[in-house]
Amino acid sequence: MREQAKMIFKNERTSIMDKVMPVLLFVCAGVSVLTTVGIVYTLFSETVRFFSLIPIGEFLAGTKWNPLMNPKSYGIWPLLGGTLLVTVIACIVAIPIGLAAAIYLSEYAPAKVRKVVKPALEVLAGVPTIVYGYFALTFMTPLLGSFIPGLPVFNALSAGIVVGIMIIPMVSSLSEDAMMAVPNSLRHGAYALGATRFEVALKIVLPAAASGVVSAAVLAFSRAIGETMIVTVAAGATPKLTANPLESIQTLTAYIVQVSLGDTPHGSVEYGTIFAVGTTLFVITLLLNIGARKLAKRLREEY
Amino acid sequence: MFTKGRRNKGWIGIAALLLIAMIATACGGKSNSSVETAGAPANGAEASGTPAGNAPAQSGEAKLSGQVELDGSSTVYPIMEAVAEEFGKVHKDVKIAVGVSGTGGGFKRFCAGETAISNASRTIKAEEAETCQAAGVGYTEYQIAYDGLSVIVNKDNDFIDYLTVEELALIFGSEGAARTWQDVRADWPAEKILIFSPGADSGTFDYFNEVVLDKKGLRTDDVVTLSEDDNTLVQGIAGSKYGIGYFGFAYYEENADRLKLVPIDSGNGPVAPSIETIKDGAYSPLSRPLYIYTSNKEYERPEVKAFVAFVLDNVPSLAAEVGYIPLSDEGYAAEKAKL
Repeated sequence: MREQAKMIFKNERTSIMDKVMPVLLFVCAGVSVLTTVGIVYTLFSETVRFFSLIPIGEFLAGTKWNPLMNPKSYGIWPLLGGTLLVTVIACIVAIPIGLAAAIYLSEYAPAKVRKVVKPALEVLAGVPTIVYGYFALTFMTPLLGSFIPGLPVFNALSAGIVVGIMIIPMVSSLSEDAMMAVPNSLRHGAYALGATRFEVALKIVLPAAASGVVSAAVLAFSRAIGETMIVTVAAGATPKLTANPLESIQTLTAYIVQVSLGDTPHGSVEYGTIFAVGTTLFVITLLLNIGARKLAKRLREEY
Repeated sequence: MFTKGRRNKGWIGIAALLLIAMIATACGGKSNSSVETAGAPANGAEASGTPAGNAPAQSGEAKLSGQVELDGSSTVYPIMEAVAEEFGKVHKDVKIAVGVSGTGGGFKRFCAGETAISNASRTIKAEEAETCQAAGVGYTEYQIAYDGLSVIVNKDNDFIDYLTVEELALIFGSEGAARTWQDVRADWPAEKILIFSPGADSGTFDYFNEVVLDKKGLRTDDVVTLSEDDNTLVQGIAGSKYGIGYFGFAYYEENADRLKLVPIDSGNGPVAPSIETIKDGAYSPLSRPLYIYTSNKEYERPEVKAFVAFVLDNVPSLAAEVGYIPLSDEGYAAEKAKL
């Protein structure tokens, strides 16, 4: 057990700056905590009011989402299904490519190549998502349409692929950091035993960096779940529970955009749906983050 | 140490360049606007940069400034945006914001006192009028143009020659809705119908619902894409071979190269919407008047008053440019009498 000696700073007693600064810095940290508390409070209070009007059972178990037109139904599963579909497609695109890019950058790339490729990946991360959305609608969809006949103009596949492209930098950068943190002694030991670079990458470095890679994947997954503009522009506005990526669907985030674009009076049931869907999104992301941290801790190897 | 010093100088150089660029843009902007104002005193409106001495000497009108907020129908939006642009050229200090929340959404905001003018592609409903009255918002209704609500299909759709009103109800309605085109007419392809419709906040939807669907509502199954933004509907139909939708004639005109108009048969043979058929009512039942509702309280502001007068003066020419049908001259005279 390590003993932590509490250090006492005697020279801070007299200077005003040294007395005031800790408080100021605490206030700054406190602002972010307060903002989170404020957001949670707003979300939850309106959601509780919504569930006093609509039974929570219908929300959690229903399979039809039609809150704006008669006959109204409030089952969340079509939106959840749409979000999941787009997110899974995005991860199928982003995780292999991101991981491969990370392996290349950490194991194979000479310093000069790294200097060029790494910033280029960061540029991809800097493109505004609305630009990605129109890229999906005007480039990806016709491209996919040329080898999938009858592809509807709004579909989950096109949006999913572009969301994947958007999160590749996140996966590659975080995985690469995890892999660079693996000590060289492990690699050198393997090389000494006659392993090739690819064997080392796959069998030594990746398992050693597993914790970081898994967190990267889960972070990318939760970023894809929260993606708004790409799916609003390219995935459609038809809430439907389906596993077919070639159909028009609607995600949780796109629904919130749709309702906010029209005008819903404050306090109505439609207004409440915004918060109910927002809370669903919040809870899913929270659970994912907690799960990711637990998993990362379990897999972590300390060298 | 030598290389360290070099790197620092590099950063200083870049920062200096950025600073110079920012200052140049800011200075350049200011000098441009002062040149503009010096050159346009005769319009009767000045930008805030000119010295006070010029104002009374060169124009007899008061300097108008302020903000006018409009919201409501996406069908009426193109006209009001065009008018706002022209108005902005004459009165540079008045900021006009036009929103597209849908006719219903616009009225909700209007009765809450958030907007000065509400654009509507239908008359105000009784409940909305009551809400406005309860909130103390008095209003004046002006009819500004006609629209032919157009039924649109994809350009590559080669089997639809016209549709009857009953077939429209079959395709769009909530009862006995047809799943495939073959369910509408036996010789049409057995492909799923994809619907692109404005949502519940849209006056276009309300009008269609009343006139074609007998107020029974739109179908709610999984082939419907709803959007208050007509441009999304245009995108959807232009990209779906078996899609069908409806929106204002202006949006068809703007995208005529990607869309196909469907003539409607209401008992007297198929009629396609055009300036003549909408004006004389031959294109029925989908020709409809477009309105603006102005708040009486907001009307007391000089910039709102000037704007409404400007609208009624300029809508005849701008409506046709945008793709709608202006009223007759007597019609506009009658509306102006309400001012």
